[in-house]
Amino acid sequence: MTVAFILLALITVAAAVAAMSMPRLVHCALALVVAFAGLGCIFLALGAEFVGLAQLLVYVGAVAILIVFAILLTRGSEISMRPGARSAFSGTVIALAVFAVLAHAVMTSRVSRIATTVAPPSNRVQEIGVELLHQYVLPLEVIGLLLTAVLIGAVILAWREKPAAEQEGARTR
Amino acid sequence: MNVSFTMAGGLAERVDQIFVTLDHWAVAHTPGPLQWLVQILLIVVPILAVFPGLFALTTVLERKGLGRIQNRYGPNRVGPYGLLQPVADGLKALTKEDLVPRTADGVVHYLAPLVIVVTAFLVYAVLPVGRNMTAVHLNAGLLFFFAIGSATELAVFMAGWSSRNKYSLLGAMRAIAQMISYEVPLILSTIAVIMIAGTLAPEKIVLAQASYTGIFPHWYVFTPWGFAGFLLFMTAAAAETNRSPFDLPEGESEIIAGYIVEYSGFKFALFFLAEYLEIFAVSGLGITLFLGGWSAPLSFLAVIPSWIWFFAKLMVMICTFIWVRGTLPRLRMDQLMNFAWKFMLPMALVDMVCAGVWRFLPGGALWSVLRWVICTVIVVVPYVALARGLQMGKKVEQRVYRYAEEG
Repeated sequence: MTVAFILLALITVAAAVAAMSMPRLVHCALALVVAFAGLGCIFLALGAEFVGLAQLLVYVGAVAILIVFAILLTRGSEISMRPGARSAFSGTVIALAVFAVLAHAVMTSRVSRIATTVAPPSNRVQEIGVELLHQYVLPLEVIGLLLTAVLIGAVILAWREKPAAEQEGARTR
Repeated sequence: MNVSFTMAGGLAERVDQIFVTLDHWAVAHTPGPLQWLVQILLIVVPILAVFPGLFALTTVLERKGLGRIQNRYGPNRVGPYGLLQPVADGLKALTKEDLVPRTADGVVHYLAPLVIVVTAFLVYAVLPVGRNMTAVHLNAGLLFFFAIGSATELAVFMAGWSSRNKYSLLGAMRAIAQMISYEVPLILSTIAVIMIAGTLAPEKIVLAQASYTGIFPHWYVFTPWGFAGFLLFMTAAAAETNRSPFDLPEGESEIIAGYIVEYSGFKFALFFLAEYLEIFAVSGLGITLFLGGWSAPLSFLAVIPSWIWFFAKLMVMICTFIWVRGTLPRLRMDQLMNFAWKFMLPMALVDMVCAGVWRFLPGGALWSVLRWVICTVIVVVPYVALARGLQMGKKVEQRVYRYAEEG
Protein backbone atom coordinates (compact mmCIF):
# COMPACT_ATOMS: atom_id res chain seq x y z
CA MET A 1 0.00 0.00 0.00
CA THR A 2 2.63 2.56 1.04
CA VAL A 3 5.01 1.46 -1.72
CA ALA A 4 2.24 1.83 -4.28
CA PHE A 5 1.32 5.21 -2.86
CA ILE A 6 4.92 6.47 -2.93
CA LEU A 7 5.41 5.30 -6.51
CA LEU A 8 2.15 6.85 -7.66
CA ALA A 9 2.84 10.07 -5.80
CA LEU A 10 6.30 10.32 -7.33
CA ILE A 11 4.95 9.74 -10.82
CA THR A 12 2.16 12.26 -10.29
CA VAL A 13 4.45 14.96 -8.91
CA ALA A 14 7.09 14.36 -11.57
CA ALA A 15 4.47 14.59 -14.31
CA ALA A 16 3.03 17.75 -12.79
CA VAL A 17 6.49 19.32 -12.69
CA ALA A 18 7.08 18.25 -16.27
CA ALA A 19 3.75 19.77 -17.28
CA MET A 20 4.96 23.12 -15.99
CA SER A 21 8.50 23.03 -17.26
CA MET A 22 8.52 21.43 -20.69
CA PRO A 23 9.19 23.76 -23.61
CA ARG A 24 6.53 22.47 -25.99
CA LEU A 25 2.91 23.00 -25.15
CA VAL A 26 1.68 19.61 -26.39
CA HIS A 27 4.29 17.85 -24.27
CA CYS A 28 3.07 19.84 -21.28
CA ALA A 29 -0.48 18.71 -22.00
CA LEU A 30 0.56 15.07 -22.27
CA ALA A 31 2.55 15.30 -19.03
CA LEU A 32 -0.53 16.81 -17.41
CA VAL A 33 -2.50 13.77 -18.54
CA VAL A 34 0.00 11.53 -16.79
CA ALA A 35 -0.50 13.60 -13.64
CA PHE A 36 -4.29 13.22 -13.96
CA ALA A 37 -3.94 9.48 -14.44
CA GLY A 38 -1.61 9.23 -11.46
CA LEU A 39 -4.14 11.06 -9.32
CA GLY A 40 -6.87 8.71 -10.51
CA CYS A 41 -4.70 5.72 -9.59
CA ILE A 42 -4.10 7.15 -6.12
CA PHE A 43 -7.87 7.37 -5.66
CA LEU A 44 -8.15 3.75 -6.79
CA ALA A 45 -5.38 2.69 -4.42
CA LEU A 46 -7.23 4.40 -1.58
CA GLY A 47 -10.30 2.30 -2.38
CA ALA A 48 -12.32 5.11 -3.90
CA GLU A 49 -13.25 3.12 -6.97
CA PHE A 50 -15.90 5.41 -8.34
CA VAL A 51 -13.98 8.63 -7.83
CA GLY A 52 -10.81 7.15 -9.32
CA LEU A 53 -12.54 5.83 -12.41
CA ALA A 54 -14.54 9.01 -12.83
CA GLN A 55 -11.28 10.94 -12.59
CA LEU A 56 -9.81 8.80 -15.38
CA LEU A 57 -12.94 9.01 -17.51
CA VAL A 58 -13.40 12.74 -17.18
CA TYR A 59 -9.83 14.02 -17.04
CA VAL A 60 -7.92 11.54 -19.20
CA GLY A 61 -10.80 10.93 -21.57
CA ALA A 62 -12.38 14.33 -21.95
CA VAL A 63 -10.44 17.21 -20.42
CA ALA A 64 -7.13 16.07 -21.91
CA ILE A 65 -8.66 15.87 -25.38
CA LEU A 66 -10.16 19.31 -24.87
CA ILE A 67 -6.76 20.71 -23.93
CA VAL A 68 -4.90 19.20 -26.88
CA PHE A 69 -7.63 20.30 -29.26
CA ALA A 70 -7.46 23.82 -27.87
CA ILE A 71 -3.69 23.83 -28.33
CA LEU A 72 -3.93 22.50 -31.86
CA LEU A 73 -6.70 24.85 -32.96
CA THR A 74 -4.89 27.90 -31.62
CA ARG A 75 -1.65 26.82 -33.31
CA GLY A 76 0.03 26.79 -29.93
CA SER A 77 1.75 23.51 -30.72
CA GLU A 78 4.06 25.26 -33.16
CA ILE A 79 5.39 27.68 -30.57
CA SER A 80 8.37 26.43 -28.68
CA MET A 81 9.11 28.54 -25.65
CA ARG A 82 10.83 28.55 -22.34
CA PRO A 83 8.40 28.99 -19.51
CA GLY A 84 8.63 32.47 -18.14
CA ALA A 85 11.81 32.73 -16.07
CA ARG A 86 11.03 36.43 -15.72
CA SER A 87 8.10 35.87 -13.41
CA ALA A 88 9.57 32.83 -11.66
CA PHE A 89 10.02 34.53 -8.31
CA SER A 90 6.60 36.15 -8.07
CA GLY A 91 5.05 32.97 -9.42
CA THR A 92 6.66 30.89 -6.72
CA VAL A 93 5.50 33.29 -4.03
CA ILE A 94 1.93 33.27 -5.31
CA ALA A 95 1.93 29.48 -5.61
CA LEU A 96 3.23 29.09 -2.05
CA ALA A 97 0.64 31.55 -0.76
CA VAL A 98 -2.18 29.70 -2.49
CA PHE A 99 -0.86 26.40 -1.17
CA ALA A 100 -0.68 27.80 2.37
CA VAL A 101 -4.26 29.05 2.23
CA LEU A 102 -5.56 25.76 0.82
CA ALA A 103 -3.55 23.70 3.29
CA HIS A 104 -4.85 25.80 6.17
CA ALA A 105 -8.41 25.44 4.95
CA VAL A 106 -8.06 21.67 4.57
CA MET A 107 -6.35 21.15 7.91
CA THR A 108 -8.90 23.14 9.88
CA SER A 109 -11.95 21.85 8.01
CA ARG A 110 -14.52 19.56 9.54
CA VAL A 111 -13.73 16.83 7.00
CA SER A 112 -10.16 16.38 8.16
CA ARG A 113 -11.32 15.65 11.69
CA ILE A 114 -13.56 12.75 10.70
CA ALA A 115 -12.05 9.50 11.90
CA THR A 116 -10.81 7.49 8.91
CA THR A 117 -11.02 4.14 10.63
CA VAL A 118 -14.64 3.72 9.58
CA ALA A 119 -14.88 0.76 7.22
CA PRO A 120 -15.83 1.89 3.71
CA PRO A 121 -19.20 0.64 2.46
CA SER A 122 -19.07 -2.35 0.13
CA ASN A 123 -21.14 -1.01 -2.73
CA ARG A 124 -19.90 2.54 -2.97
CA VAL A 125 -21.20 3.35 -6.42
CA GLN A 126 -24.75 2.65 -5.39
CA GLU A 127 -24.40 4.67 -2.19
CA ILE A 128 -22.96 7.61 -4.08
CA GLY A 129 -25.91 7.43 -6.45
CA VAL A 130 -28.45 7.27 -3.63
CA GLU A 131 -26.80 10.16 -1.80
CA LEU A 132 -26.66 12.24 -4.97
CA LEU A 133 -30.35 11.79 -5.70
CA HIS A 134 -31.58 12.20 -2.14
CA GLN A 135 -29.54 14.43 0.10
CA TYR A 136 -27.62 16.31 -2.59
CA VAL A 137 -30.29 16.50 -5.24
CA LEU A 138 -30.50 20.31 -5.15
CA PRO A 139 -26.77 20.91 -5.77
CA LEU A 140 -26.96 18.30 -8.51
CA GLU A 141 -29.81 20.11 -10.20
CA VAL A 142 -28.03 23.44 -9.87
CA ILE A 143 -24.93 21.99 -11.50
CA GLY A 144 -27.11 20.54 -14.25
CA LEU A 145 -28.66 23.96 -14.83
CA LEU A 146 -25.23 25.56 -14.92
CA LEU A 147 -23.97 23.04 -17.44
CA THR A 148 -27.05 23.58 -19.61
CA ALA A 149 -26.40 27.31 -19.52
CA VAL A 150 -22.78 26.71 -20.49
CA LEU A 151 -23.88 24.46 -23.33
CA ILE A 152 -26.32 27.03 -24.67
CA GLY A 153 -23.67 29.73 -24.31
CA ALA A 154 -21.20 27.67 -26.28
CA VAL A 155 -23.73 27.05 -29.02
CA ILE A 156 -24.50 30.77 -29.22
CA LEU A 157 -20.81 31.61 -29.40
CA ALA A 158 -20.37 29.14 -32.22
CA TRP A 159 -23.55 30.33 -33.95
CA ARG A 160 -22.11 33.59 -35.26
CA GLU A 161 -20.08 31.91 -37.97
CA LYS A 162 -23.11 30.07 -39.28
CA PRO A 163 -23.93 32.23 -42.36
CA ALA A 164 -20.38 32.00 -43.72
CA ALA A 165 -20.32 28.28 -43.15
CA GLU A 166 -23.64 27.90 -44.93
CA GLN A 167 -22.41 29.77 -47.97
CA GLU A 168 -19.32 27.61 -47.98
CA GLY A 169 -21.45 24.50 -47.87
CA ALA A 170 -23.71 25.77 -50.66
CA ARG A 171 -20.74 26.51 -52.88
CA THR A 172 -19.10 23.13 -52.52
CA ARG A 173 -22.34 21.36 -53.05
CA MET B 1 -30.16 -26.79 -14.56
CA ASN B 2 -32.81 -29.44 -14.91
CA VAL B 3 -32.96 -32.06 -12.14
CA SER B 4 -33.30 -35.07 -14.47
CA PHE B 5 -29.99 -34.29 -16.07
CA THR B 6 -27.93 -34.42 -12.88
CA MET B 7 -25.38 -36.88 -14.27
CA ALA B 8 -24.89 -34.96 -17.50
CA GLY B 9 -25.28 -31.76 -15.52
CA GLY B 10 -22.44 -32.68 -13.17
CA LEU B 11 -20.13 -33.42 -16.07
CA ALA B 12 -21.16 -30.28 -17.90
CA GLU B 13 -20.59 -28.31 -14.74
CA ARG B 14 -17.07 -29.69 -14.48
CA VAL B 15 -16.25 -28.96 -18.13
CA ASP B 16 -17.78 -25.53 -17.72
CA GLN B 17 -15.58 -24.73 -14.76
CA ILE B 18 -12.45 -26.51 -16.05
CA PHE B 19 -10.38 -23.35 -16.38
CA VAL B 20 -11.46 -22.07 -12.98
CA THR B 21 -10.57 -25.44 -11.42
CA LEU B 22 -7.21 -25.51 -13.20
CA ASP B 23 -6.52 -22.00 -11.99
CA HIS B 24 -7.27 -22.91 -8.36
CA TRP B 25 -5.23 -26.11 -8.69
CA ALA B 26 -2.21 -24.28 -10.09
CA VAL B 27 -2.35 -21.63 -7.38
CA ALA B 28 -2.75 -24.24 -4.64
CA HIS B 29 0.26 -26.20 -5.87
CA THR B 30 2.73 -23.35 -5.91
CA PRO B 31 4.81 -22.45 -2.86
CA GLY B 32 3.27 -19.73 -0.71
CA PRO B 33 5.54 -16.79 -1.46
CA LEU B 34 5.06 -17.21 -5.21
CA GLN B 35 1.27 -17.59 -5.12
CA TRP B 36 0.52 -13.95 -5.84
CA LEU B 37 2.75 -14.09 -8.91
CA VAL B 38 1.09 -17.24 -10.26
CA GLN B 39 -2.30 -15.76 -9.54
CA ILE B 40 -1.49 -12.64 -11.56
CA LEU B 41 0.14 -14.60 -14.38
CA LEU B 42 -2.87 -16.89 -14.66
CA ILE B 43 -5.03 -13.83 -15.18
CA VAL B 44 -2.76 -11.98 -17.58
CA VAL B 45 -1.28 -14.73 -19.74
CA PRO B 46 -4.59 -16.21 -21.01
CA ILE B 47 -5.78 -12.75 -22.05
CA LEU B 48 -2.46 -12.07 -23.77
CA ALA B 49 -2.63 -15.43 -25.54
CA VAL B 50 -6.29 -15.88 -26.47
CA PHE B 51 -7.24 -12.53 -27.89
CA PRO B 52 -4.19 -11.96 -30.14
CA GLY B 53 -4.79 -15.54 -31.34
CA LEU B 54 -8.34 -14.56 -32.13
CA PHE B 55 -6.96 -11.49 -33.89
CA ALA B 56 -4.79 -13.69 -36.12
CA LEU B 57 -7.77 -15.88 -36.93
CA THR B 58 -9.96 -12.85 -37.62
CA THR B 59 -7.52 -11.32 -40.11
CA VAL B 60 -7.74 -14.47 -42.23
CA LEU B 61 -11.48 -14.67 -41.80
CA GLU B 62 -11.90 -11.03 -42.72
CA ARG B 63 -9.73 -11.20 -45.82
CA LYS B 64 -11.43 -14.40 -46.90
CA GLY B 65 -14.89 -12.98 -46.22
CA LEU B 66 -14.20 -9.71 -48.00
CA GLY B 67 -12.69 -11.66 -50.85
CA ARG B 68 -15.84 -13.73 -51.20
CA ILE B 69 -18.05 -10.64 -51.04
CA GLN B 70 -15.91 -9.02 -53.74
CA ASN B 71 -15.91 -12.16 -55.86
CA ARG B 72 -12.26 -13.15 -55.41
CA TYR B 73 -10.47 -15.81 -53.40
CA GLY B 74 -8.61 -13.95 -50.67
CA PRO B 75 -5.44 -15.40 -49.14
CA ASN B 76 -5.06 -19.06 -50.09
CA ARG B 77 -1.32 -19.62 -50.55
CA VAL B 78 0.18 -19.85 -47.06
CA GLY B 79 -0.82 -23.06 -45.30
CA PRO B 80 -4.10 -24.91 -45.70
CA TYR B 81 -6.86 -22.50 -46.80
CA GLY B 82 -4.44 -19.63 -46.21
CA LEU B 83 -4.68 -20.18 -42.47
CA LEU B 84 -0.99 -19.45 -41.87
CA GLN B 85 -1.27 -16.04 -43.51
CA PRO B 86 -1.12 -14.17 -40.15
CA VAL B 87 2.21 -15.87 -39.41
CA ALA B 88 3.58 -14.64 -42.70
CA ASP B 89 2.14 -11.18 -42.05
CA GLY B 90 3.66 -11.08 -38.58
CA LEU B 91 7.10 -12.13 -39.85
CA LYS B 92 6.89 -9.51 -42.56
CA ALA B 93 5.98 -6.82 -40.02
CA LEU B 94 8.85 -7.88 -37.76
CA THR B 95 11.49 -7.86 -40.50
CA LYS B 96 10.43 -4.51 -41.94
CA GLU B 97 12.52 -1.44 -41.27
CA ASP B 98 11.14 0.77 -38.53
CA LEU B 99 10.90 4.17 -40.18
CA VAL B 100 10.45 7.31 -38.11
CA PRO B 101 10.04 10.62 -39.97
CA ARG B 102 12.95 13.01 -39.40
CA THR B 103 10.77 15.79 -38.05
CA ALA B 104 8.66 13.44 -35.91
CA ASP B 105 8.49 13.82 -32.19
CA GLY B 106 10.50 10.72 -31.29
CA VAL B 107 9.29 9.92 -27.79
CA VAL B 108 5.59 10.53 -28.41
CA HIS B 109 5.80 8.72 -31.75
CA TYR B 110 7.29 5.74 -29.95
CA LEU B 111 4.82 5.77 -27.06
CA ALA B 112 1.60 6.04 -29.06
CA PRO B 113 1.38 2.40 -30.23
CA LEU B 114 2.33 1.19 -26.76
CA VAL B 115 -0.38 3.26 -25.08
CA ILE B 116 -3.02 2.09 -27.52
CA VAL B 117 -2.14 -1.60 -27.15
CA VAL B 118 -1.90 -1.45 -23.36
CA THR B 119 -5.28 0.22 -23.03
CA ALA B 120 -6.78 -2.24 -25.51
CA PHE B 121 -5.59 -5.14 -23.36
CA LEU B 122 -6.58 -3.53 -20.05
CA VAL B 123 -10.29 -3.44 -20.81
CA TYR B 124 -10.40 -7.24 -20.97
CA ALA B 125 -9.86 -7.27 -17.22
CA VAL B 126 -13.56 -6.77 -16.53
CA LEU B 127 -15.04 -8.86 -19.35
CA PRO B 128 -16.75 -12.05 -18.14
CA VAL B 129 -15.77 -14.65 -20.74
CA GLY B 130 -17.45 -17.50 -18.87
CA ARG B 131 -19.14 -18.47 -15.63
CA ASN B 132 -16.79 -17.32 -12.82
CA MET B 133 -14.32 -16.27 -15.47
CA THR B 134 -13.83 -12.56 -14.97
CA ALA B 135 -10.21 -11.51 -14.55
CA VAL B 136 -10.84 -8.72 -12.06
CA HIS B 137 -14.02 -8.31 -10.03
CA LEU B 138 -14.82 -4.63 -9.91
CA ASN B 139 -18.03 -3.14 -8.58
CA ALA B 140 -17.69 -0.40 -11.14
CA GLY B 141 -16.48 -2.65 -13.95
CA LEU B 142 -18.37 -0.86 -16.70
CA LEU B 143 -16.97 2.46 -15.57
CA PHE B 144 -13.51 0.90 -15.70
CA PHE B 145 -14.13 -0.27 -19.25
CA PHE B 146 -15.08 3.18 -20.46
CA ALA B 147 -12.47 5.01 -18.39
CA ILE B 148 -9.64 2.92 -19.81
CA GLY B 149 -11.18 2.91 -23.26
CA SER B 150 -11.22 6.70 -23.33
CA ALA B 151 -7.42 6.73 -23.14
CA THR B 152 -7.43 5.39 -26.70
CA GLU B 153 -8.35 8.82 -28.00
CA LEU B 154 -5.24 10.24 -26.46
CA ALA B 155 -3.08 7.57 -28.07
CA VAL B 156 -4.64 8.39 -31.42
CA PHE B 157 -3.85 12.04 -30.88
CA MET B 158 -0.27 11.19 -29.90
CA ALA B 159 0.16 9.12 -33.06
CA GLY B 160 -1.34 11.75 -35.32
CA TRP B 161 0.39 14.74 -33.85
CA SER B 162 3.84 13.29 -33.36
CA SER B 163 4.09 12.08 -36.97
CA ARG B 164 4.26 15.65 -38.29
CA ASN B 165 2.26 14.74 -41.32
CA LYS B 166 -0.85 16.56 -42.42
CA TYR B 167 -2.69 13.36 -43.25
CA SER B 168 -1.80 11.94 -39.86
CA LEU B 169 -3.07 14.99 -38.06
CA LEU B 170 -6.19 15.16 -40.21
CA GLY B 171 -6.88 11.49 -39.57
CA ALA B 172 -6.30 11.92 -35.85
CA MET B 173 -8.65 14.91 -35.67
CA ARG B 174 -11.30 12.99 -37.54
CA ALA B 175 -10.82 9.95 -35.37
CA ILE B 176 -11.00 11.89 -32.12
CA ALA B 177 -14.04 13.89 -33.22
CA GLN B 178 -15.72 10.65 -34.20
CA MET B 179 -14.78 8.81 -31.02
CA ILE B 180 -15.97 11.64 -28.77
CA SER B 181 -19.23 11.96 -30.69
CA TYR B 182 -20.03 8.27 -30.59
CA GLU B 183 -18.86 7.74 -27.04
CA VAL B 184 -21.95 9.63 -25.89
CA PRO B 185 -24.56 7.27 -27.42
CA LEU B 186 -22.32 4.30 -26.56
CA ILE B 187 -22.37 5.12 -22.85
CA LEU B 188 -25.97 6.32 -22.84
CA SER B 189 -27.18 3.06 -24.37
CA THR B 190 -25.41 1.12 -21.61
CA ILE B 191 -27.15 3.25 -19.00
CA ALA B 192 -30.46 1.60 -19.88
CA VAL B 193 -28.95 -1.77 -18.98
CA ILE B 194 -27.44 -0.41 -15.78
CA MET B 195 -30.83 1.00 -14.78
CA ILE B 196 -32.55 -2.35 -15.23
CA ALA B 197 -29.80 -4.55 -13.81
CA GLY B 198 -29.08 -2.11 -10.99
CA THR B 199 -25.35 -2.77 -11.04
CA LEU B 200 -22.17 -1.66 -12.77
CA ALA B 201 -20.48 -5.04 -12.42
CA PRO B 202 -20.45 -6.91 -15.78
CA GLU B 203 -20.65 -10.37 -14.20
CA LYS B 204 -23.76 -9.38 -12.26
CA ILE B 205 -25.35 -8.00 -15.42
CA VAL B 206 -24.78 -11.40 -17.05
CA LEU B 207 -26.23 -13.19 -14.04
CA ALA B 208 -29.32 -11.01 -14.23
CA GLN B 209 -29.89 -12.30 -17.78
CA ALA B 210 -28.93 -15.93 -17.19
CA SER B 211 -32.36 -17.23 -16.23
CA TYR B 212 -35.06 -18.71 -18.46
CA THR B 213 -38.81 -18.59 -18.99
CA GLY B 214 -39.58 -22.04 -20.33
CA ILE B 215 -36.68 -22.54 -22.68
CA PHE B 216 -36.26 -18.88 -23.60
CA PRO B 217 -33.60 -16.69 -21.97
CA HIS B 218 -34.08 -13.32 -20.29
CA TRP B 219 -31.58 -11.53 -22.48
CA TYR B 220 -32.02 -7.80 -22.56
CA VAL B 221 -31.96 -7.78 -26.34
CA PHE B 222 -35.42 -9.44 -26.25
CA THR B 223 -37.05 -6.35 -24.75
CA PRO B 224 -38.01 -3.20 -26.67
CA TRP B 225 -35.49 -1.00 -24.89
CA GLY B 226 -32.85 -3.72 -25.04
CA PHE B 227 -33.28 -4.25 -28.76
CA ALA B 228 -33.02 -0.53 -29.49
CA GLY B 229 -30.14 -0.25 -27.04
CA PHE B 230 -28.31 -3.14 -28.63
CA LEU B 231 -28.55 -1.65 -32.12
CA LEU B 232 -27.47 1.76 -30.83
CA PHE B 233 -24.63 0.21 -28.86
CA MET B 234 -23.26 -1.83 -31.75
CA THR B 235 -23.55 1.08 -34.19
CA ALA B 236 -21.74 3.36 -31.76
CA ALA B 237 -19.22 0.59 -31.14
CA ALA B 238 -18.48 0.31 -34.84
CA ALA B 239 -17.91 4.05 -34.97
CA GLU B 240 -15.87 4.03 -31.77
CA THR B 241 -13.48 1.45 -33.18
CA ASN B 242 -13.25 3.19 -36.58
CA ARG B 243 -14.85 0.23 -38.21
CA SER B 244 -16.49 0.41 -41.63
CA PRO B 245 -18.83 2.17 -42.52
CA PHE B 246 -17.39 4.65 -40.03
CA ASP B 247 -13.78 4.11 -41.10
CA LEU B 248 -13.17 7.54 -42.52
CA PRO B 249 -10.40 8.41 -40.01
CA GLU B 250 -8.37 5.78 -41.80
CA GLY B 251 -9.96 6.08 -45.24
CA GLU B 252 -7.29 4.34 -47.27
CA SER B 253 -8.41 6.02 -50.46
CA GLU B 254 -8.44 9.62 -49.20
CA ILE B 255 -6.09 10.13 -46.28
CA ILE B 256 -3.99 6.98 -46.66
CA ALA B 257 -4.76 5.29 -43.33
CA GLY B 258 -4.90 8.54 -41.35
CA TYR B 259 -3.06 8.68 -38.08
CA ILE B 260 -1.07 5.51 -38.68
CA VAL B 261 0.37 6.59 -42.04
CA GLU B 262 3.83 7.30 -40.62
CA TYR B 263 4.09 3.98 -38.80
CA SER B 264 5.83 1.03 -40.33
CA GLY B 265 6.84 -2.47 -39.43
CA PHE B 266 5.82 -3.73 -36.04
CA LYS B 267 4.48 -0.45 -34.74
CA PHE B 268 1.93 -0.53 -37.55
CA ALA B 269 1.12 -4.10 -36.60
CA LEU B 270 0.57 -2.95 -33.02
CA PHE B 271 -2.00 -0.39 -34.16
CA PHE B 272 -3.67 -3.05 -36.23
CA LEU B 273 -3.70 -5.39 -33.25
CA ALA B 274 -5.09 -2.71 -30.96
CA GLU B 275 -7.87 -1.91 -33.38
CA TYR B 276 -9.01 -5.53 -33.52
CA LEU B 277 -8.62 -5.95 -29.77
CA GLU B 278 -10.92 -2.98 -29.31
CA ILE B 279 -13.46 -4.49 -31.67
CA PHE B 280 -13.40 -7.77 -29.72
CA ALA B 281 -13.61 -5.97 -26.40
CA VAL B 282 -16.49 -3.74 -27.34
CA SER B 283 -18.30 -6.67 -29.00
CA GLY B 284 -17.69 -8.66 -25.84
CA LEU B 285 -19.20 -5.83 -23.83
CA GLY B 286 -22.18 -5.73 -26.16
CA ILE B 287 -22.62 -9.46 -25.63
CA THR B 288 -22.32 -9.01 -21.88
CA LEU B 289 -24.83 -6.19 -21.75
CA PHE B 290 -27.48 -7.32 -24.19
CA LEU B 291 -26.87 -10.87 -25.40
CA GLY B 292 -26.67 -12.57 -22.03
CA GLY B 293 -22.88 -12.83 -21.89
CA TRP B 294 -21.86 -16.44 -21.44
CA SER B 295 -25.39 -17.78 -20.90
CA ALA B 296 -26.84 -20.25 -23.38
CA PRO B 297 -29.47 -19.05 -25.87
CA LEU B 298 -31.90 -21.86 -24.92
CA SER B 299 -32.13 -23.43 -21.49
CA PHE B 300 -31.38 -27.02 -22.59
CA LEU B 301 -28.24 -25.82 -24.38
CA ALA B 302 -26.71 -24.87 -21.04
CA VAL B 303 -24.84 -28.20 -21.01
CA ILE B 304 -22.42 -26.63 -23.47
CA PRO B 305 -19.75 -24.76 -21.47
CA SER B 306 -20.31 -21.07 -20.88
CA TRP B 307 -17.00 -19.96 -22.38
CA ILE B 308 -17.89 -21.68 -25.66
CA TRP B 309 -21.08 -19.62 -25.76
CA PHE B 310 -19.22 -16.40 -25.13
CA PHE B 311 -16.73 -17.02 -27.91
CA ALA B 312 -19.43 -18.31 -30.27
CA LYS B 313 -21.35 -15.08 -29.77
CA LEU B 314 -18.14 -13.14 -30.26
CA MET B 315 -17.51 -14.92 -33.57
CA VAL B 316 -21.03 -14.09 -34.73
CA MET B 317 -20.41 -10.43 -33.91
CA ILE B 318 -17.06 -10.46 -35.73
CA CYS B 319 -18.62 -12.05 -38.79
CA THR B 320 -21.35 -9.41 -38.75
CA PHE B 321 -18.70 -6.70 -38.62
CA ILE B 322 -16.93 -8.26 -41.61
CA TRP B 323 -20.21 -8.55 -43.48
CA VAL B 324 -21.05 -4.91 -42.79
CA ARG B 325 -17.57 -3.83 -43.88
CA GLY B 326 -17.92 -5.71 -47.13
CA THR B 327 -21.32 -4.32 -48.03
CA LEU B 328 -21.67 -0.72 -46.83
CA PRO B 329 -20.00 2.36 -48.32
CA ARG B 330 -18.08 4.80 -46.18
CA LEU B 331 -19.92 7.77 -44.67
CA ARG B 332 -18.96 11.38 -45.26
CA MET B 333 -17.75 13.50 -42.34
CA ASP B 334 -20.91 15.63 -42.15
CA GLN B 335 -23.15 12.55 -42.43
CA LEU B 336 -21.15 10.97 -39.63
CA MET B 337 -21.57 13.92 -37.27
CA ASN B 338 -25.23 14.46 -38.16
CA PHE B 339 -25.94 10.81 -37.53
CA ALA B 340 -24.24 10.90 -34.14
CA TRP B 341 -25.79 14.05 -32.76
CA LYS B 342 -29.15 14.21 -34.48
CA PHE B 343 -30.10 10.56 -34.53
CA MET B 344 -28.02 8.40 -32.19
CA LEU B 345 -28.06 10.77 -29.22
CA PRO B 346 -31.84 11.44 -29.17
CA MET B 347 -32.53 7.76 -29.69
CA ALA B 348 -30.23 6.83 -26.81
CA LEU B 349 -32.08 9.29 -24.57
CA VAL B 350 -35.44 7.89 -25.69
CA ASP B 351 -34.13 4.43 -24.95
CA MET B 352 -33.22 5.51 -21.42
CA VAL B 353 -36.74 6.82 -20.86
CA CYS B 354 -38.11 3.56 -22.22
CA ALA B 355 -35.96 1.54 -19.83
CA GLY B 356 -37.19 3.68 -16.95
CA VAL B 357 -40.82 3.07 -17.92
CA TRP B 358 -40.11 -0.66 -18.26
CA ARG B 359 -38.51 -0.70 -14.82
CA PHE B 360 -41.33 1.03 -12.98
CA LEU B 361 -44.43 -0.39 -14.63
CA PRO B 362 -46.03 -2.96 -12.29
CA GLY B 363 -45.75 -6.71 -12.84
CA GLY B 364 -48.60 -9.16 -13.48
CA ALA B 365 -49.94 -10.98 -16.51
CA LEU B 366 -51.85 -8.10 -18.08
CA TRP B 367 -49.22 -5.54 -17.29
CA SER B 368 -46.36 -7.55 -18.78
CA VAL B 369 -48.18 -7.49 -22.12
CA LEU B 370 -49.10 -3.84 -21.72
CA ARG B 371 -45.54 -3.02 -20.74
CA TRP B 372 -44.34 -4.52 -23.99
CA VAL B 373 -46.79 -2.48 -26.03
CA ILE B 374 -46.05 0.79 -24.21
CA CYS B 375 -42.29 0.38 -24.44
CA THR B 376 -42.40 -0.60 -28.10
CA VAL B 377 -44.41 2.52 -28.84
CA ILE B 378 -41.96 4.65 -26.85
CA VAL B 379 -39.09 3.39 -29.00
CA VAL B 380 -40.70 3.03 -32.41
CA VAL B 381 -42.58 6.35 -32.63
CA PRO B 382 -39.52 8.57 -31.99
CA TYR B 383 -37.52 6.35 -34.35
CA VAL B 384 -39.93 6.88 -37.22
CA ALA B 385 -40.40 10.56 -36.38
CA LEU B 386 -36.64 11.19 -36.19
CA ALA B 387 -35.93 9.32 -39.39
CA ARG B 388 -38.71 11.18 -41.24
CA GLY B 389 -37.67 14.51 -39.73
CA LEU B 390 -34.05 14.11 -40.74
CA GLN B 391 -35.08 13.02 -44.21
CA MET B 392 -37.28 16.07 -44.68
CA GLY B 393 -36.14 18.52 -47.34
CA LYS B 394 -33.54 16.11 -48.63
CA LYS B 395 -33.90 14.51 -51.99
CA VAL B 396 -32.43 11.07 -52.22
CA GLU B 397 -31.41 10.39 -55.77
CA GLN B 398 -28.78 8.62 -57.69
CA ARG B 399 -25.43 10.24 -57.32
CA VAL B 400 -24.01 12.01 -60.35
CA TYR B 401 -20.29 11.70 -60.77
CA ARG B 402 -19.26 14.99 -62.28
CA TYR B 403 -15.69 14.18 -63.15
CA ALA B 404 -15.54 10.44 -63.41
CA GLU B 405 -18.07 10.22 -66.23
CA GLU B 406 -16.87 13.09 -68.40
CA GLY B 407 -13.88 11.37 -69.96
